[in-house]
Amino acid sequence: MTKQVFDRRQFLKTTAGAVVAGAGAALPGLVLAQGARIKVGLMLPYTGTFAPLGVAIENGFRLALAENGGKFGGREIEFSKVDDESEPSKATDNVNRLVNRDKVDVVIGTVHSGVAAGMVRVTREAGVLHMIPNAGLSQATGVLCAPNIIRTSFSNWQPGYGMGVALSKRKNVKNVVTIAWRYAAGEESVKGFKDGYLKGGGAIAKELWLPFPNVEFQALLTEIASVRPDAVYAFFAGGGAAKFLKDYAQAGLNKSIPLVGPGFLTDGVLEAVGASAQGVETSLHYADDLKFKRDKEFRLAYAKTYKLQPDVYAVQGYDTGLLLAAGLKAVNGDVSRKKELIAAMEKTTVNSPRGNWHLSKAHNPVQDMYLRKVVGVENKYEGVAVKALDDDPSVMAQCKMG
Amino acid sequence: MRPAAQCRRFCFVDFHTFLIQLLNGVQYGLLLFLVSSGLTLVFGIMGVINVAHGSFYMIGAYLAWSLAGASGSFWIALPVGIVLTAAFGFLLEMLLIRKLYARDHLYQVLLTYGLILVFEEARSILWGDDVRGVQIPQLLSASLALTDTLSYPVYRLWISAVCLLVAASMYWVMQKTRIGMMIRAGAFNREMVQSLGIDVALLSRFVFAAGIALAGLAGMIAAPISAVFPGMGNQVLILCFVVIVIGGMGSVKGAMVASLLIGLVDTFGKVLHLEIAGLKLLPELSGMAVYILMAAILLWRPEGIFGRKT
Repeated sequence: MTKQVFDRRQFLKTTAGAVVAGAGAALPGLVLAQGARIKVGLMLPYTGTFAPLGVAIENGFRLALAENGGKFGGREIEFSKVDDESEPSKATDNVNRLVNRDKVDVVIGTVHSGVAAGMVRVTREAGVLHMIPNAGLSQATGVLCAPNIIRTSFSNWQPGYGMGVALSKRKNVKNVVTIAWRYAAGEESVKGFKDGYLKGGGAIAKELWLPFPNVEFQALLTEIASVRPDAVYAFFAGGGAAKFLKDYAQAGLNKSIPLVGPGFLTDGVLEAVGASAQGVETSLHYADDLKFKRDKEFRLAYAKTYKLQPDVYAVQGYDTGLLLAAGLKAVNGDVSRKKELIAAMEKTTVNSPRGNWHLSKAHNPVQDMYLRKVVGVENKYEGVAVKALDDDPSVMAQCKMG
Repeated sequence: MRPAAQCRRFCFVDFHTFLIQLLNGVQYGLLLFLVSSGLTLVFGIMGVINVAHGSFYMIGAYLAWSLAGASGSFWIALPVGIVLTAAFGFLLEMLLIRKLYARDHLYQVLLTYGLILVFEEARSILWGDDVRGVQIPQLLSASLALTDTLSYPVYRLWISAVCLLVAASMYWVMQKTRIGMMIRAGAFNREMVQSLGIDVALLSRFVFAAGIALAGLAGMIAAPISAVFPGMGNQVLILCFVVIVIGGMGSVKGAMVASLLIGLVDTFGKVLHLEIAGLKLLPELSGMAVYILMAAILLWRPEGIFGRKT
């Protein structure tokens, strides 16, 4: 379903654009080429569980655009929006609406990995520039990588690896139980954790899995209590994460067995779980109180514009805007020079609120993973878990760009 | 710690753990009964396919969150929430559902599916899309230590008690009272009961309202141990139908037995190791265990364990 939000300001812009285009009709060619807008297709979740994430990403992107004077590469941006409903079965139809019907120059999307997998299959064929502002599926910058597919967020493996490395340095953590949903994101996250943690000589006492999106944890919590590991690594997100944190605390396990995870375990649920999550450590490419000046400015501007506190998703949307701006600047807004545009993005170091990052050869961010700890309702910065982390080497090896 | 790798099939670290898992299974089963009890009334007894059952569960959970927030007490939120959901069910039956008794089941599916979409959107407008949490009431916030690392929340035991109470009262009302007899008769032959001078229309309205209130109650009671989040109802909906199908349409006893069976199969499916001829079956396929159980029972008794042969 297409949702075209058409407010008064956009109406004025559109009519103004029409007047300009009308005036320019006397001098076709030159004026049109200069004045034509760049079409950006946003395919994000605007309904359902992930709706707040979709909105945060769009807000972040629009903030980057506004800070750039409303233009990228000297040209105005025209948005087409599609609600992907986080529904993988509709992914192909939805992305085709943007690519074939609206003929957008850039596709931006999405949050849900399953939907992103469907999108990538289409954009790869069509060759349209596709920027992924969240979905961490390994294939997008692995076996399905392509020059026109660029991720500005993370791969599922990265936060897991960061947490693994952090734990591997602790002498008193010798065996760990992992628990996760058995689906692509969960498996990739646990693999990342193991790759990081096992290097330090520790052992995985047991891997526990639940079918996605089952949230009946009690049986597995009993398993954890009987195994008595030195720590538990858990991958859950959203409502499932909130329930897991509460169940873990209510089973009394938080008193004796430290709980760690990727940042998604504690992002966006801290208000809901209250005291249950205190002291939980996670790893992510963002934290609530980074010390960068850049981050402080971003948080202030975001809060002023949207009357909301930004989160990691807003940062990812913002960075998508920054990277696209850098690419379009290099080609003076001429999207047809796609090769140069992509080459410019590859060379860009994004000066992001999360810290500087750049694209890997497979087009995934090479970025710092931070260690965070839950204090109150914030994920407090504790230090850098891994500096300038690239993606899983085995995934990168599958990427044949060309 | 004994390494789990030595353990190939059907073994636990110790007997103690086995007992705790048994408790987990029974407790989960009782919760399932509570969640599906409303559907037992509406689908099992009245024969109305209400696929929006999960939505009422979600609405109950959100009501618990907003009412407990507004009143400051879970104990005030609970009765207010029950009255609100019952009134809501009453209105819904009057405005929409009653027009469909005479029609094919497909119309009921269409209407109630539409209701899911309406409720999700209304939830989004009213309460937003964020994950919410409800505090466990002070009175029940203690935990019992089962081992030195594991404790069991008293609240979960209280839920089990509520489930048993609901089950007992449903059984008593349906089987031992005049009203229950009228409801069962009305479900069996609507016209005949009507011609005996019983207001079946009004009776159905109350039964439907009770079913919705039970779904809401389940959501409210589950809210403190679960989190409150969009789409939470869809997760329980399918299991609810599985409970009714296994137990047999219209049987409260059947729903109870089926819930316990599912609770135990789900719990042990997640923790047992089962390998046959090198094929890893459990816990790898634990997500399917419940449905395999359903298929097996339907092969054995197509009408469900306590269902009437038709």
